[in-house]
Formats: sequence, C-alpha cells, structure tokens
Amino acid sequence: MKTMIRSARAALLAVAAIAVAAPALAAGAGPHIERQQWSFSGPFGSYDQAQLQRGFKVFKEVCASCHGAKFLAFRNLAEEGGPGFTEDQVKVIAAEYNVMKGPNDDGEMEELPAIPSDRFPSPFPNEQAARASNGGAYPPDFSTLAKARAVASGFPGFVFDIFTQYQEHGPDYIYNLLTGYEEAPACFGEDFSSYYNSKFIGGSVTFEECKGQVIPGGPIGMAPPLSEEIVEYTDGTPMTVEQYAQDVSAFMMWVAEPKLEERKNLGFRVMIFLIIFASLLYFTKKSVWRDVDH
Amino acid sequence: MAGHSNYVPQSAAAKWLESRLPVISLVRGSFVDFPTPKNLNYWWTFGGILFFVLIAQIITGIVLVMHYTASTTAAFASVEHIMRDVNFGWLMRYLHANGASMFFIAVFIHMFRGMYYGSYKAPREISWILGVVIFLIMMATAFMGYVLPWGQMSFWGATVITNLFSALPLVGEPIVNWLWGGFAVDNPTLNRFFSLHYLLPFMIFGVVLLHVWAFHTSGNSNPTGINPKTKQDTIPFHPYYTVKDLFAIVVFMIFFAYFVFYIPNFLGHADNYIEANPLVTPTHIVPEWYFLPFYAILRAVPDKLGGVILMFGSIAVLFVLPWLDTSKVRSGTYRPLFKQFFWIFAAVCVGLGYLGAMPAEGIYVTLARILTAYYFAHFLIILPLLGFLEKPKALPASISEAVLAGSGGGQPAGAVSAPETK
Repeated sequence: MKTMIRSARAALLAVAAIAVAAPALAAGAGPHIERQQWSFSGPFGSYDQAQLQRGFKVFKEVCASCHGAKFLAFRNLAEEGGPGFTEDQVKVIAAEYNVMKGPNDDGEMEELPAIPSDRFPSPFPNEQAARASNGGAYPPDFSTLAKARAVASGFPGFVFDIFTQYQEHGPDYIYNLLTGYEEAPACFGEDFSSYYNSKFIGGSVTFEECKGQVIPGGPIGMAPPLSEEIVEYTDGTPMTVEQYAQDVSAFMMWVAEPKLEERKNLGFRVMIFLIIFASLLYFTKKSVWRDVDH
Repeated sequence: MAGHSNYVPQSAAAKWLESRLPVISLVRGSFVDFPTPKNLNYWWTFGGILFFVLIAQIITGIVLVMHYTASTTAAFASVEHIMRDVNFGWLMRYLHANGASMFFIAVFIHMFRGMYYGSYKAPREISWILGVVIFLIMMATAFMGYVLPWGQMSFWGATVITNLFSALPLVGEPIVNWLWGGFAVDNPTLNRFFSLHYLLPFMIFGVVLLHVWAFHTSGNSNPTGINPKTKQDTIPFHPYYTVKDLFAIVVFMIFFAYFVFYIPNFLGHADNYIEANPLVTPTHIVPEWYFLPFYAILRAVPDKLGGVILMFGSIAVLFVLPWLDTSKVRSGTYRPLFKQFFWIFAAVCVGLGYLGAMPAEGIYVTLARILTAYYFAHFLIILPLLGFLEKPKALPASISEAVLAGSGGGQPAGAVSAPETK
C-alpha cells in the first residue's frame, strides 16, 4: 500500500510538472479577465432583481439596437427567478415592440404589437442584413451569449473552479469586454478605422507593424456601446460605464440561464436528501457486514 | 448463473412460472444467491455505478427525445426550448449531458481497476473483451450525442472526426460521403446520428448483459486475484453487495448532483452554446474531455493515416491485453514492479488528456509523442517483459487468509503456497 501511494504520488507529480511547465512555454495566452463579484455565484447565489431590471433597461436602450435575444420571451420577464416585472408591466413592455404575425384570414402578414407570449424581435431580419448594417461584423444574439464566452482558467485554475463552483466565465468576460476599450496601439496605423478592445477574444492582430509585440485582445467591430449617463437610472444607482457593464452582464446571464435559481434551490434539497440517504446506507451496510471478515 | 440459486418456488404461481420460464431462479442465481468473493473493495462498486448511469442516461434521453427536434434548422432552438420552456427540461438536459461525463469517469475507473487487479486474465478474457466492446460503443454514442445540440463544437467536432476516415486510401472519400449522407456534415448527418444515438445505448445494454454473464460464469475477480477455494471465501450477492453497491451509487449520485446543480457547464465547451455555423471555424476544435487522450494520440503523429491508425490502435490494443500480460499472478497487489508501471501508465493517460486539450504546436506535440510512445510501450513491451523479469510476492493461501492477515489484498505473514516462483 505504501509503495502504491508513493509511486502514485511520484507519477502525479510528474504529470503536474508537465502541466505547469507546458502553458508557460505556450505562446499567445488569452487576455487577462478580471473576475467580478456576482450575486448569482456560489451554491446559494440568486439574481439581484433590481440589477436585472437595470440590466434590461441597458439592453433595451443600448444593446437591442443591434443585438437580438430570440429565445427570450416577454413573459420570461415576469417569471420566477427573473427581473421580477409584474404581468401588467410585461404587457406594456411587449406592446412597445412590433412583431410580424399571420397570415390572417386574408392571407396577409401583418405587423402587430407584441404580447407576453411573443419572443423578442431581432433588430435585423437575418445575419446578412445585420452584417450589412454593421460594417461586416455580426452582432451575436444574446440568448445564450453569457454561456458561450469563456477565457480558459488554465491549469491549475480549472481544478479550483470545481470547488469554488466558478461558472461565471461569461458575465466576467462580457464585463471585461465592455470596460476594455482602449486607444488603439500605434502599430495599428493611421488608417485603422475600427475599435481596439484589450479584452476581446474574437479578434487577432494581423498588422505587419505589430509583429513581435504582445498586444492583448484585438480589433473589434463594435463601437464602445456604453458611456456615462447614457441610460437613465431612477433609483440613484451610479450611472457609470462600470455599473452599466455589471448590470447588463448580469442581465445577459439571466437571459442565458433563466432557471439558475430553480436549479440551485432544487440542488440544495437534492444534496441534503442524498447525504442523509448515503449516511443511512453507510450504517446499514456496516450492520449487514458486521459478521463478515473482509 | 441460474445454477447458483438454491431457490425452490413456494407459491403455486411461482411454481407455474418457474416450470415454464425459470426467470426467478435466473435472477436469484445472478443477483441474490450468487456467491461473490467477500473481499471486494470499493473499486468493485463501479460496475454497479455504471449500470445505474446507463439506466439514468436512457431514461433522461427518452424524455429529452420527446422535446428535441433533429433538424439543422431547429435542433439548437429545440434544446433551448427544453432549457427554458419544458418543465424540468433544464434538469433533464443537464443530467444527460453531465451523465455522459459521469459515465466516462466511472468507466475509466472501472477499466483501471481491471488493469490493476488483472481482472482481464484467464478465465475472464471474454468479459474484458466485451467490456472493451462496450467502451467502443459508448464512445460512438457519446460522440453522436454531442452532435445533436448542433452547436459550433457539435458541428466542427463531427466534421473533424468523420473526416478522419478520409485518411484511408482509396475508400476514404466514399466512406466519408456515405457517413455524411452528402458532401458535408449537414441535415442527413444529424438525422442519422440521432437515430444511432438512440439505438446504441440499447446495444450497450445487451452487451452489458453478456459482460455480466461472462464473469458470472467464471466468478468475480477479487483484490487478491486468487480464486475462492471454500465456502468461507464467498458471500451471497444479496444483501452484502446489494447494500454496498447501493451505498456507493448514492455517494456517486452526490458527486453527479454536484456537477448537475452547481457547475453544469464545467465539463462542456462554451462554444457549443453558439449555434452551428459551417462558415465560421472555431479557433481550437476540442472534443469532449473523455476523448482528449485519444485526440492527443491522433495529433501526435505527423501523418493523418498514421494518426488514425494509432488512435484506433490505442483501443485495439486493449482487446489483446489478456495475452500481452505474461505474468502468472493476477493481482497488482503482489506485483511490486507492475504496480509502479501501472501508476506511471495512469499518469501518462492523464498527461495525454491534458495535451489533447492544448493546441497541437511546439512543446505539446513533442510531449504528446513521448507519451504516445510510452502508452504503446506499456502494453507491447513492458507488460510482456514484466511477466518474466518480475519476482512477485508470495500469494496468500486463500481469500480468507488474506482477509485475516490484514486488509483484503494485504501481504499475509505465513503464505503457504507460492505458485508464482517458477
């Protein structure tokens, strides 16, 4: 047994040594993502309703002019574990949007005010139209976006993530991206007409002049969407870029994972049940085996 | 199996059934009265755990199919429909997606247990081979299941893996087109993968029955590797192992539930929440974690065909493992050298898994080549030679003696038999 443990330990150390050494040798790691505090992280985390409502406002007034959320229905806004709008509020919000419906009895499609069961209409009819209006860049749909972006934690970070229950790669990345706009590096040249974001993982720096330089992030098609006081908060929350970025990231996490609270609530009860059941089984097993040498 | 039952039907109904179809004595002989070595440790509970996971996957899968749409235009949206609108749909999907990973965690432990204790050796070769068959079908099932949500990794994973067959000379291209049902991964591919993904688990179930039948014919292996000699060495399966397995299954469920409820997306890839787009290739195409060691072997070889051959070879070699291990001693407990090499091998497999997740460039490729070479050397050089070079420890006379001397597989003070010293 002792040799077994010793050799196992030696083998594990060897693997760990390879694993630690390897990333250090790799070129071009992703941008550094500053992790944020989120009310919905951890085993008992839940969404902050006021924050989701503010985030929705930022989405509605800023993001939604280019980004859709096609799997999000208006009724979701009033559902449990969400921003907590009332059903009447949702009716009013839905009525502000028009959706194509039909065909009616005359065979005509018509644009009608949305009702709570409708999904959010996307700002562009298709990807091509979206690209055409955005200088070739495609504003991705928000429905699953907060789960579709992640900068890898690397080794050994990903092991710790299991124990800290870190699942907030997406909102962390979105927050960092929204606050990561910087002056473009000089090597991008005079003609550079796009934007530079030091946290963007989707772009790569291909300029000849930048060879040999370490430039985090890259060129991005999206203009800096947030600026101070661009959205009016009426509850006294500071109207800063950082606050907007926090709020809209949290909102996007809810859009991507609307059942998060239900999941964590049920999870706690399941865990308690399983742990008690397992302990009872342990003593049952001991009792059944008491007369057997094994 | 049925032969182990001392069941005598009592009621008229049981007598009637038993004389026509002896199913009661079959079940009793296999899972109630079945004589099982009394020294099986907790590593042996993974068989039961795997059976639980298989059933759980089938049940959650059947529910998911009720809401899923297999079509390139609707698949992604139907999965989101499950996540948002179906009652407990999120639970079903997270159970099923994480269940696949749990399946592989358990099967890897189960296989390494078999390797450490020499469970594949005579007379259990058939059971081992059937196990490798199950492993292969599992891999095919998991791969096709991962394609169904039609995310970016689904699409590009399917493209990369099916393209492997194009490495075959002459027949490669036609085979790939035949697999795809066209000239690219598209709707026909998705539909056939869906069909097969539903079919294969039931085939696994069938092979599992054969797998169990085989080792119930030879009797279970055990940590000492010596066969039960007297009645004192065995205990009936029920209640001893039913309660032990159940306890282990519930502990495993805690582990499973932790992933499902708290980190459901930890084992997945973020890109699979982006709908498949044949025009945009992800920067790094990575398979699910359980394929990473094999993926590392594939990419370690500079030649495509060579990589494919080695990747399939890494599993094919398991089929002949019972004949590559030349040692007369079954259990690693009594094999001081083998034990060391076993742990090195286990570490090499983990290392390959890590390298499979890294980009195939620079130092990673070099390391992957070294570890790939070692992987095959373990089976083709080390195991055959060890049988001749190693001097095993003395074996205990019986299971009971080993148990009395210490823990189930410990070294007994006065070992009487020493068949291993040739």
